[in-house]
Amino acid sequence: MTPFTTHTGIVAALPRVNVDTDQIIPKQFLKRVERTGFGPALFHDWRYRADGSPDPAFELNQPRAAGASVLIAGPNFGCGSSREHAPWALGEYGFRAILSESFADIFYANCCQNGLLPVRLTPAEMTELFQRHAAAPGPYHLTVDLERCEVRDDAGFRASFNMDAYRRASLLEGLDEIGLTLQLEPEIAAYERRRAALAARYAS
Amino acid sequence: MPARTLFDKVWDAHVVHQVAGGGPALLYVDLHLVHEVTSPQAFEGLRLAGRRVRRPDLTLATVDHNVPTGDRSLPIADLVSRRQVELLLENARDYGIELYDLASPAQGIVHVIGPELGATQPGMTIVCGDSHTSTHGAFGALAFGIGTSDVEHVLATQTVLFQKPKTLEARFHGLPGRGVGAKDLILALIGQIGTAGATGHVIEYTGPAIRALSMEGRMTICNMSIEAGARAGMIAPDETTFAYLMGRLKAPAGRAWTAAVDRWSLLVSDPDARYDRRVDINVGGIAPQVTWGTSPGMVTGIDGAVPEPASFTSPAEQEAARRALAYMGLEPGRPLEGTPVQRVFIGSCTNARIDDLREAARVVRGRRVAAGVRAMVVPGSMAVKAQAEREGLDLVFREAGFEWRNAGCSMCLGMNPDILAGGERCASTSNRNFEGRQGKGGRTHLLSPAMAAAAAVTGCLTDVRKLEPAGEAILVG
Repeated sequence: MTPFTTHTGIVAALPRVNVDTDQIIPKQFLKRVERTGFGPALFHDWRYRADGSPDPAFELNQPRAAGASVLIAGPNFGCGSSREHAPWALGEYGFRAILSESFADIFYANCCQNGLLPVRLTPAEMTELFQRHAAAPGPYHLTVDLERCEVRDDAGFRASFNMDAYRRASLLEGLDEIGLTLQLEPEIAAYERRRAALAARYAS
Repeated sequence: MPARTLFDKVWDAHVVHQVAGGGPALLYVDLHLVHEVTSPQAFEGLRLAGRRVRRPDLTLATVDHNVPTGDRSLPIADLVSRRQVELLLENARDYGIELYDLASPAQGIVHVIGPELGATQPGMTIVCGDSHTSTHGAFGALAFGIGTSDVEHVLATQTVLFQKPKTLEARFHGLPGRGVGAKDLILALIGQIGTAGATGHVIEYTGPAIRALSMEGRMTICNMSIEAGARAGMIAPDETTFAYLMGRLKAPAGRAWTAAVDRWSLLVSDPDARYDRRVDINVGGIAPQVTWGTSPGMVTGIDGAVPEPASFTSPAEQEAARRALAYMGLEPGRPLEGTPVQRVFIGSCTNARIDDLREAARVVRGRRVAAGVRAMVVPGSMAVKAQAEREGLDLVFREAGFEWRNAGCSMCLGMNPDILAGGERCASTSNRNFEGRQGKGGRTHLLSPAMAAAAAVTGCLTDVRKLEPAGEAILVG
C-alpha cells in the first residue's frame, strides 16, 4: 500500500449529503476484474453529459478543481454499497485525502486499505473549510498531515483529527496488513484448535 | 462475568487477537461468502503474493450480481459479465471452494442461499464482499460487509480486522396493523434515525413485533441495517430460527442438532445488558412505507405527501431534498398515492424469499397487471423459484401478466440486462433508491412486496390496505 505521511494539494468541494458509492462509481463499471481503470469513470453519471462531454456544472469539472487531490465532502460520504472500486476510482483520479464530518463505515475502512486518507472533522470545521474554499480567488490548497494528525491551510486554518493508532501506523508505513496478520499464525492456529475441539464436543 | 449483549457474546467468542491501545480485533470468520463482482481482485492479489486460501471449507461462492435472469441455456451475452462469472468459476476450482454456479439448482443471491442451505447459523461470524451481508444477522450471527482488500485478507487468513463497534438497540413496541410488514418496519426506522443514524454501531432488533416475524421478515429487517448506517444488524435466535434451520443441508443433524440448539439458545442479550444507545419505534403508528427520494431515509407512509424541501432543518438537507425531488419528478405537497409507475420489480436480497412472493401473490391473485406497466418477479434463488412453482405462485404472477424470471440480483442494481430506462418510475422491493441505481435516470420507490404488487395491479403507488382481496385479509409476514 502507498504510505501516507503528509500531503499538500488543491481542494475540490462536494458539499452534498449522503454521497453514495453508486454515485462515486456506477455499477456498469464494476465488471472489471482489475484494480485499475476506474479513474475515468469516477462520478460518471454526475460528471458527464449524455453526449459524453464533461458537465461544467459538476463540482469536479470546475476550473478551480483541476488537479485536485484533497476532497472536502458533505456528511455520510461513501454510504451504500461496499464496493472498494469507489476508493480505487477516487485514488486513480488523483485524490489522496477526503475530509468530511462523517463517513460510512465500510467506505472508511476501504479507503484506509488503499492509502486514501479519510479525515473526520467537526461540522463547524467542515463549514469553515467550505467557506474558505468558496472565498478563495483561485485554487484553494490544504495540507493534510497524518504524522501530526492535523489539517491546515496557509491562511490560519488549523484543525486536528483523530484516527485509531493501528490504522494510522499502517497508513504512515504503508504496511501489508495480510502480511502482518500472517505473523499471528500461531494465534490463529491455536484458535482453530479450540474451535475444532468445541465442534467435536458438540458432535459427540 | 458482566451482563453481555448478544453482540458481545458473538464478538467475545471470535477474538483471535486484540491489537493493543484500543486498536481493532482480529476476528475469526466462520463463514466467508464470495460472489463474482468483489472477488476477482482479491484472488489476483492472493496469486501475486503466492498465498493460499486458508480455509476453503469455510468459504462458499455463488454467482448472482451480474447474471442474466432470462434464458439460462444460452451463454451470457455481455462478454465482460461472462468473463467475471467465468473467473469466479476458475478461482473456485483452483482454490477448492464450493461454488453454486448458473447450472446449480441451489444458485441464487448470496444472502438468500446462505440461510437456505443452512450455512448461516446462530453465533457465527459471517463476512462477504457485499454490504447486505447484514442479512445473516437475522439468525443471531454477526455478519457484515467488507471491501475487496478484506476479502483477500479473509481468504488468506480466515480472519478480519475489525474495530469493535458500539451497540444500538432498536426496540419495536406494539404490533403492526393490517398490510404492514417487515419492510415497513425497517423503512420506518431508517426514516426515523436517518441513513447515518447507526454509523459505527451494530443494531440489535428487539420487541414483540420482531419476535412475531418469520425468518424471511427478520432477514428483510437485518438486510437494511446498512441503509441505517450499521454494518451489522442482529436478532436473537429463538424457536422460529431453529424451526427454519432444522433439516437444512448444512445445518447440524441428530445429536449435534440438539447440542447446537442448546448452545444457540444462550445467544440472547442478558436482561441487564447495556447497549450504547437505544431507539424506540412505535409500530402501531406505522402505515405501509414508500420512499419519495434518492436515499432510503427519504421515506414516508403511503398516506403521506411529498415533503416540502423547506421542511428540513439544515440547508444541506433542504438542497438534497430539492435535488431528489427534481430527479424523481415529484412535486412537493402532492400525495404519493396515485403516482403512476411504469415498472414493478419484486426481487433482491431484501424481498425475494418465499414469504415475500407469497405476500405479493396474495395481492395479485385474481387481478391483472395494469396496462402500460411492465412487472417482473425475480426469485432470490432457484430454490425459492422451485418452491414458488410447487405452490403455484408462478401461475398467479404469470396469469396476471408478470414476468417470472430466474434468480439473481437483477434490477436491484442493474448490473445485468434488467434495468430501468431514463425517467421510468419503478415500484421496487429492493433496498436502494439511489440516483441511477436501477438504471441511469430511473426513479425508484422502495416498498414492501405487498405494496409492489398493489402498484403493479393498479398502475400507481397504492395503499395496499385499500385492496381487499376476495375473502382474505392481507397479512404481511
